[in-house]
Formats: sequence, structure tokens, C-alpha cells
Amino acid sequence: MKPPVRETATNWVGRSLRRFEDPSLVRGDGRFTADVPAALYVRFVRSPVASGKIVKIAAPDHVRLVTAADLSGVKPIQPMLHKFNYVPVMQPVLADGVVRFVGEAVAAVICQNEDEAEDHCDLVDLQIEDTAPVVDARMAVGGAAAAVHAEAPNNVIVEGRVKTPECDAVFATAARVETVEVRSHRQNALPMETRGAHAVYDPVTRRTTLICSTQMPHLMRTAIADLLGMREADLRVIAPDVGGGFGQKMSLAPEYVLLVWLARKYRTSVAWKEDRRENLMSSFHSRDQYITLSGAFDAKGKLLGLSADILANIGAYSCFPTTCGVEPLMALAELPGPYDVRDYACVSRGVVTNTCPMAPYRGVSRPVITFALERLMDKAARHLGMDAIDIRRRNLVRAFPYTSVMGLVFDEASYAETMEMAVDAIDIPAFRRRQQQALAEGRYLGIGFAAFSERTGYGTPAFAARGMGITPGWETVEIAMDPSGYVEARIGASPHGQGLDTALAQIMADELGVTPDKVRVVHGDTDRTPYGWGTFASRSAVICGGATLLASRKVKEKLVRIASHMLEASAADIFIADGVAKVAGTDRALPVEALAREVYHHSHKFGADVGPGLSDSASYDPAGTFSNACHAVIVEVDIETCGVSIERYIVAEDAGRLINPMIADGQICGGVAQGVANALYEQIVYDETGNILTTTLADYMPPTAHEIPAIEIMHLETMSSATITKAKGLGEGGSIGAPAAIVNAINDALSPFGVSLDEFPVTPERIHTALNAASKVPSMTPEGARA
Amino acid sequence: MSAKKNITLNINGVDHHVQVEPRRTLVDAIRDECGQTGTHIGCEHGVCGACTIMLDGKPVRSCLMFAVQADGARLRTVEGLADGDRLHPLQQSFIDHHGLQCGFCTPGFLMLTAGVLEQEPDISDEGLIDALSSNLCRCTGYQNIIKAVLAAAADMRAAR
Repeated sequence: MKPPVRETATNWVGRSLRRFEDPSLVRGDGRFTADVPAALYVRFVRSPVASGKIVKIAAPDHVRLVTAADLSGVKPIQPMLHKFNYVPVMQPVLADGVVRFVGEAVAAVICQNEDEAEDHCDLVDLQIEDTAPVVDARMAVGGAAAAVHAEAPNNVIVEGRVKTPECDAVFATAARVETVEVRSHRQNALPMETRGAHAVYDPVTRRTTLICSTQMPHLMRTAIADLLGMREADLRVIAPDVGGGFGQKMSLAPEYVLLVWLARKYRTSVAWKEDRRENLMSSFHSRDQYITLSGAFDAKGKLLGLSADILANIGAYSCFPTTCGVEPLMALAELPGPYDVRDYACVSRGVVTNTCPMAPYRGVSRPVITFALERLMDKAARHLGMDAIDIRRRNLVRAFPYTSVMGLVFDEASYAETMEMAVDAIDIPAFRRRQQQALAEGRYLGIGFAAFSERTGYGTPAFAARGMGITPGWETVEIAMDPSGYVEARIGASPHGQGLDTALAQIMADELGVTPDKVRVVHGDTDRTPYGWGTFASRSAVICGGATLLASRKVKEKLVRIASHMLEASAADIFIADGVAKVAGTDRALPVEALAREVYHHSHKFGADVGPGLSDSASYDPAGTFSNACHAVIVEVDIETCGVSIERYIVAEDAGRLINPMIADGQICGGVAQGVANALYEQIVYDETGNILTTTLADYMPPTAHEIPAIEIMHLETMSSATITKAKGLGEGGSIGAPAAIVNAINDALSPFGVSLDEFPVTPERIHTALNAASKVPSMTPEGARA
Repeated sequence: MSAKKNITLNINGVDHHVQVEPRRTLVDAIRDECGQTGTHIGCEHGVCGACTIMLDGKPVRSCLMFAVQADGARLRTVEGLADGDRLHPLQQSFIDHHGLQCGFCTPGFLMLTAGVLEQEPDISDEGLIDALSSNLCRCTGYQNIIKAVLAAAADMRAAR
């Protein structure tokens, strides 16, 4: 037998290739929803009160007004969750008889220009008889609160409970039981592009095209067609360039449903551009949770049991498609995080209130549960006289596969290794010396850590386990090489800034043996792409990438068969790389485009084993994988201004194989920035009447280039068997670790005062209040330094 | 509503003769009346900077001006930044340093920094970062924008 001939190929995966998305965007040639002109413009009249009965809606005759009364036959949005205790509340497209939050759309005004539509909104006579609102989640379940929806008298519309048989016994006999009560305030995902939609009816085909800012075009098509009683084939949904989503644009906006209805009614084009005030008030919010978490530890710091009570304020309605279960049920399932614990009890409730509905936002519940767990670890370490790192070392999962107490299977990962990388990089002993010196000068430095697991790339089993009425998960990719040798991949995912076009081109280039510039990715158009679920939940590189890999292999296999015929060699000897098919070890070769040309235009030359054309498709539906990371932070707290500055921020993370390291690092930096915002700055505020106080970017304050530190990123690449590309997702991790690490660092800095800040964002006001309440004269020894 | 005014907006060297109500903001007129949609609207209250353009060489928020105020002024928008096929050094640097993700805020950042660097070519790095903190980005965490702008500024200085 002759020895195998070694041929070399360029590897595209693993390179920081410049993004194909960028040239048009930097030129201002991107096409966003609001860039498309329309014949008619819509503005919404929104409720100025949190709770009440609509007594009157009227307008002068020249105002074109649409209210719920006009929408007979339009079904309300009613997301389903197959849980015995889920109350499927309904959200009408326009408020019908009652209003349930400030900013709820009550009526639509249609005009030929936007400014006039706003003028006409002012002419609408809207009278509402106020009723007592329910604003806070604890108030909602307090017994005295009114029911936001009659179907849910106690305001609880979803509840999950779990308890292992030995849990009580473990707590009763533990050496130490530690409890933290944490509060996560409400946030808005705040994409720089607000929502918007443009719908146009085509009288020739009788189809309607909806261009909208969405992360899930296919699901929007299904949902809107269902609600309007349309054939799905009569609706085309296009997600053009989308200016950020972060989860907010996953959920169905009632406004989008109305736009399609209006386009069909007026048989023309109709547009709505959400303004920033509407976005802050009426889009979707997140993270509004209370968690009480207790941990049972043995004397050496081994975590024996966890017990949690989670209360998530889900706002006035349940969001489609994830439902309002997304926060409380994810928190319930994933709270134990990266730590080995065998006993667990949890009650997690989602409660309705007279506030803007909650929807997924980058990380969903995990920034909050990670915060609770990592505060618990720090406190337990302190009370057990242990080092904060040692207690984590004792408890991190180290053997894989690991089945969590909730039945989640952790694939190969590096929880302990990434923590050690972060610990080494930040040099704790040197920091403690510096901290002591600073303290002598009256300056307060602190160090904080957060280790976490990030469940990513999960397919239908995970959503089915949650009981979702719709179980997204798989993705399909169709790949076609045209006669000129160019490749088009049509995907069901819907990227909006993640650089997926580039990353998938890298995967295809390696698999097909072509250069990435020969590959174009088509997404975000239901007429052009296979049905899919869109881009969310750190899934696209794993699931859409996996489907791309599988479809590429099929096309590649056919290319090899074609080459085998044309080069008159055994298929086993054909080697395709860098756009050339060759017989290994010889100089017999053909460019890939010659193979493509031949199989389309001279298919008669091939046998039935080849057949005409060069396209194929594949779907991928993985069980899911877990990325992991440890964030390490040094902060300084100015006790005069109560401002916090971040001196150093380290992320040691493992998301498996990095398809494009530049893009991966960009995702981490962006996630951390949103986590910093969550930890220190952003909070949606309602007053006790349910009026929202943060409706401009002067009140709701995202950080600028001044507030976000440089982020030092270190990677491990564990090649997991749970994902065929070996890539794990990483879109959300940055935002998951940051609040816990930063607030742990603030608490370390302020430990001389004996305060514990367990509520975030940790604003100067909260620090000031805590310091004022502290009875303790600052000691000269930070608590961490004692360990 | 009041009577429309005839104005001329000179955008990237091209005159656009348009009729606008006095209350029409400059950004709305640039986008809707003149069809130049590269300039984006993020907040309409002057905080986010997505609508930043150059007016007579200075970066301004086009959502905080009325179109009639720009009658006769020289406006430059992101569409006028590249020289034909050759990208402006800032545009190329944003690509090279992964200074954009969704790209919605990018035109505003480009026009802000192009304007600052034209006004003050020898501005310090700290001064540039200070200027960058006028605009908001939600995707990148800013660090790659800072890298892109500092590198482009250095290249532009070296090329003088």
C-alpha cells in the first residue's frame, strides 16, 4: 500500500478575519427598518396611567384613529407554557377596555407624515378611570394587592418548585447556613436602534411584506399570521440590518401585528418608528427580581445544599414566544451554577404587575442568579474563615460529564482552570499589599470574582423541558454553489451584529475547500431562507454553525464525486482546498468553479450517482453545551462621592473552539459593558403609582467610553463532544459575570465599614445610604486580607 | 403646523432644494427629504449621538437642530466620508479593530471623530477618548472604538 500523501490546506476557522458585514455599515449603506419610506405613518396613543378602565377614546373626524373596537377578529397574544400552574394571560394588540401599564398602546393614529401623526395623537380624547396599581413584585403577592388579570387572583402566573428529599436534613445539620437576600433592579436592553416596522401590501400577489427590527423573522411570521387569521404564505417578514437586539427584539411587539393589519386594511405601505421614550417605557424590560438564597456548608466550606426563593416581576403580560417563564424558570433550573451541590430546594414565581412586560435580555436570569450565588460564596467564606478563592476551589465542578442536581448535563469544561487563570493574572497577594497601603491613605480598593457556567447552544430538548408551547432549537442551513463557483448559504438564524456571516463563511471555507470571499450568507428574509428560530441565547455559532458544517460536508462530498469523475481518480484520492480540487500527490488539478460549471451545464457526462446541481441542506438540533468563565475585578470606591471606578477587569473564559477570535472577544467586551451597566448604572424606575420616571437617556443612563474599562481576556479552548463545530456559545457570558464580580469587589473595598451591598445597580446613592447606616468605624484591615 | 420654507441643504457637496416646516429637525430632513439614511436617529434628545454629522466642519447633533437653521450650510454625512472606493482612515480602522458590531451607532462615531480630528489634528489620546464619550454604543463596550480611533488618528498624523 502506498503511503498517504500529505496535502496542506489553509485553515480559516480560528483566524481573526475582518468582518464581511463592515464595509457597507461604515459607509452608511446599511439598510435599517426606519430607512424605508412609507405612504402612511403610525403613532400610538399610549396609556398615561398604570391601571384603569378605558371610559372614552374619541378623536375629531379628520383624525384616522384605530382602537381595539376596530380589531374584531384579531386574536390577542396568548403565549403558551405547558405547566399545570401557568396562567395563560392575554394581551390585546391594542388595550381593550382596560390598561395595565404606563405606555401600553391604546390606539393608533395614521397620517401621511409622522409629525402630523404626532399632532393628531394630541387631539385624541382618552379618558381612563384609574384603579389601584400593583407595581412591586413583593406587593403583588402580598395578599392585599388587586389582581392585574382576573384569571390570576394572586398575581402569580407561573411557578416552579423543586426540592430534593434530603434538602431539609442537609440544612438542619450543616456546620454553617449562610443566607443572602438580593435585589436586582429593572433594566432595559436598550438597543441603539429602537424597534420599528414597515408593512406593505401588494395588491397583485395579495401578500404583505413586513420589514421589522427583529431577531426572529420566521417566528414573527407565524405569530402574526396566526393572530390575524392569515395564511402564513401570504406574509413575508424581513429583518434588514438590525441595530442591536440583546433579547428585546426576540419578543413579538403588538405594534408589529397592527402594522400588518393596517397595511392590509389600507392596501398600501405603513411605517412605525419607535421613539426612545416609547422604547424605554413600552418595549420590554428585564431583570426585576428578588432572590433569597441560603447555602448549607460543612465546616470546610463544601456546599451541601442550596435553597432559593425567587420572585420575578414579569410586568403586565407574558411575552411571546418565550413566555414570562423565561426568567423564573431559567433561574430555577440554573441557579446552582458551576458548583457541585447535591441538594436543592427552590420556589420560583413569576408575578404580574402594572409595569412594562418583561422579556429576555442578554443573560436572562443568569446575571441575577450568579450574583446571588457569588455573594453567597463570599459571605460563606468570610464566616467560615476561608479564602474566597478556596471556597470556590472546593466546590467547582471538575469531572465531566457532570449531571447537575437539576438534571442538566455539563459537558467538558474548565471551571477550575479558568478561575486559576484569573487568580494568577490578577495577583491577589500583590493586590492585598496595595489595598493595605491605599487604606492607610484613606482609599478603598476591592477585589471581586465571579465564576459561572453559561448554558449555550441548546436545542429543542431544553425548551421542551421548560414546557414551552413552541420549542425552538434546531436550525437549518441550505448551501448552494452556483455554476460560477460562488457559494450561497441561506440560514434560519438572524444575526444582527454578531458577525455570523463572517464566522459561517470561515466554517464553509474550511469544509468546502474554498476561500471565504467566495461565500455569501443570506439571512433575515422568510422568502429567501429556510424556517428557523433566529439569533438569541448564545446559539448561532453552535447550532447554525453546526448545521452549516453538516450541509457543507454534503456539498463537499458531491464536489469530491464530481472531481473523481473529471480527474479520473478514486474519490479517496481527491483533495479539495483553497478553491482547487486535485488528485493527491499529483499535479492533476481543477479549480472548484470548473466542477460547479460542469455539474450544472454538462450533467449528462455524469452518472446517476452524481446528478445535476450542487446544493444541499442540513439541520442540527443539539442537546446543548456549557461555556464557562471567571471574571476578576479590582475597583476603587471613593467614599466622598460614592463613585466606583474599575481599575482592572479580567475575563478568563472557555467557549470551546474560537471560530473568529476577534469576533469572540468583541462579544465578551460588549457583554461585560452591559454587565457593568447592570452593576453600576442602569435602572428603570417606577414610582408607587406605576408611573415610569426613566423615559430619556438623561434619566436612564447607559455607560459611555469613560465608564467602561479595558478588558483583559484570556481563553481556554476545551474541545467538547457536545458540539460538532467544537464551538460553544459566548454571546451572553460577559453580561452574566460582571454584576457579581463588580459588586463583590465593592463589598471587599467597603469591608472596613462592615456593610453588605446586595442590591444592584450599586449607585452612589446606595453606597452613600449603606455607609451612612454603617455603625462600624472603619477598621484598617479589609476582611479579605484576614483570610 | 406652519407654512413650509424653501431651504437648500448642501450635503457632501450636493445641493438639495427642499421644502420643510420650520419645526422639522435637521436629521429628519437629511434622512427623509434628502434620502441620506446613513445618518441614524437613536434618541432625538441629543444624548446618543447616532445622528452626528459635520456642519461647516464641526461635529453637531443633527437631532438638536432645525433644518431651517442649516439652510446654506455645508453638511457632511457618513456617505461623504470615503473618497470613492477608498475608505476614510477612520472607516478602515473601525473595520480593522472590530470597532463596530450592529453598526447602527457607527456613522455617528465616525462623523464625531472625523470632525474632532479635523478641528484639532493634534488632539491628545485623552482628549479623543473624552470626545468619544459623547456618543453611545451598546454593542462593543467602546474599547475597540477607542483602539480604532487612536490608530487612525496616529496614521492620519503620520500621513501629514
